[in-house]
Amino acid sequence: AIAPALGASKYSTDAAPNTFDEISAYNNFYEFGTGKEDPARHAHQLTIDPWSVQIGGMVDKPGSYGLEDILTKVSQEERIYRFRCVEAWSMVIPWYGFELNQLLNMAGVQSGAKYVAFETLVREEEMPGIRSVNIEWPYREGLRLDEAMHPLTIMATGIYDKPMPKQNGAPLRLIVPWKYGFKSIKSIVRVTLTDKQPQTTWNMLQPREYGFYSNVNPQVSHPRWSQATERTIGGGLFAKRKETLMFNGYEEEVAGLYTGMDLAKNF
Amino acid sequence: MVITDHINSGARKLPIWVVYAAGLVWPVWLFYLAATGAMGIDPVKALEHELGELGLQALIVGLAITPLRAMVGVNLIRFRRAIGILTFYFVSAHLLVWLILDVQILSEIWKDILKRPYITVGMAAFVLMTPLAVTSNSWSVRKLGPRWRKLHKLVYRTAALGGIHYIMVGKTWEAESLIYMVVILALLGWRVHDSRKKQRGRAAQSGSSTKLA
Repeated sequence: AIAPALGASKYSTDAAPNTFDEISAYNNFYEFGTGKEDPARHAHQLTIDPWSVQIGGMVDKPGSYGLEDILTKVSQEERIYRFRCVEAWSMVIPWYGFELNQLLNMAGVQSGAKYVAFETLVREEEMPGIRSVNIEWPYREGLRLDEAMHPLTIMATGIYDKPMPKQNGAPLRLIVPWKYGFKSIKSIVRVTLTDKQPQTTWNMLQPREYGFYSNVNPQVSHPRWSQATERTIGGGLFAKRKETLMFNGYEEEVAGLYTGMDLAKNF
Repeated sequence: MVITDHINSGARKLPIWVVYAAGLVWPVWLFYLAATGAMGIDPVKALEHELGELGLQALIVGLAITPLRAMVGVNLIRFRRAIGILTFYFVSAHLLVWLILDVQILSEIWKDILKRPYITVGMAAFVLMTPLAVTSNSWSVRKLGPRWRKLHKLVYRTAALGGIHYIMVGKTWEAESLIYMVVILALLGWRVHDSRKKQRGRAAQSGSSTKLA
């Protein structure tokens, strides 16, 4: 039902992407441990087939949506996005996926809904970090509805021409390229439309350090480090740091979502 | 105690220059690994982390020498100066990697030191270590006399600050840094316990002769 994308998306950057090996060997996915290599080491244990997403809250058609079923109804394409971690490193990643608005429209968003909440799978026997890492599981994230409906916001299912590696959040993960990476929640099993700002994991852990919005912003420091520059992953030991761009370089597309807001306060 | 005798006689045979040489080469080797891609995809952070951890490990080894002798009779005291100087060398390398390869921008470095508590704490530990490294020679020991011992007690503060620095670097409470802190606190706690015991010993001696109580 889906025509393959001809040519590049207008939302893709023309920056050179990182290699598949770099993208799939250096991950934060605390369900598999806190080290950057832990996810690649442990995520093979994860079963991702069958996979379904519970869509609920303020929607017309709540219920369990099978992933295969979802994928027959959406149109997927490649999106090459800059990816900026809150830890001040960055990559360029060729994602494959579909705009989140397609999934939300499928479920029918009710008029009172203002936010979208997401949850990651919790499966202790396949995810060693669930027991060893001191976080209140499941991992939670959230977006304002207009952020969620924005065409830059995608649900990714692959990298390059490969299915999403498990350590990168298979089979279905969020990508919000103008926000710090931890907003882009992995291995999603639950999506809830709500009229209240949802709780988000890093904000629950350290509210002073991680805000609900977490837009990439070189002017607003993390309390423990500057966000003005970033280490580009893949450049080796002597790589020069790069200046971080406002909204990670997506200012033109998304700045309008935040007009009149104090971004230092709503960090 | 046969085992401790073996360790002690082995330690007597090991020339101190071997410890210095191994310690000197180790960070160079790590640097080589990082530069050639053998330390993973983010070599700057990996090298920075390895060197910092090495510094803490050396600090812990140095602090363990006195309790080891007192508790199990293993005598490694002749290596203590080498271990102390190497600790300073590892921590300096850690600091240089942070300055030159990680932060890179001079103005940012100064801001980081003043504004970021975990860096302030780490820098404080480094500053406290510096006079210890400078006076780790026989001439200074003679010159400073009893003040030398007093000065070198700064290492207890350095160790505590180093452990705190490592905990603060983590995004969450991380097991590894907490284990380091527990070990450091145990080694410092032993000293508190030991000095109280000695004080009680002295008090008991003088008490028994005067029979005041």
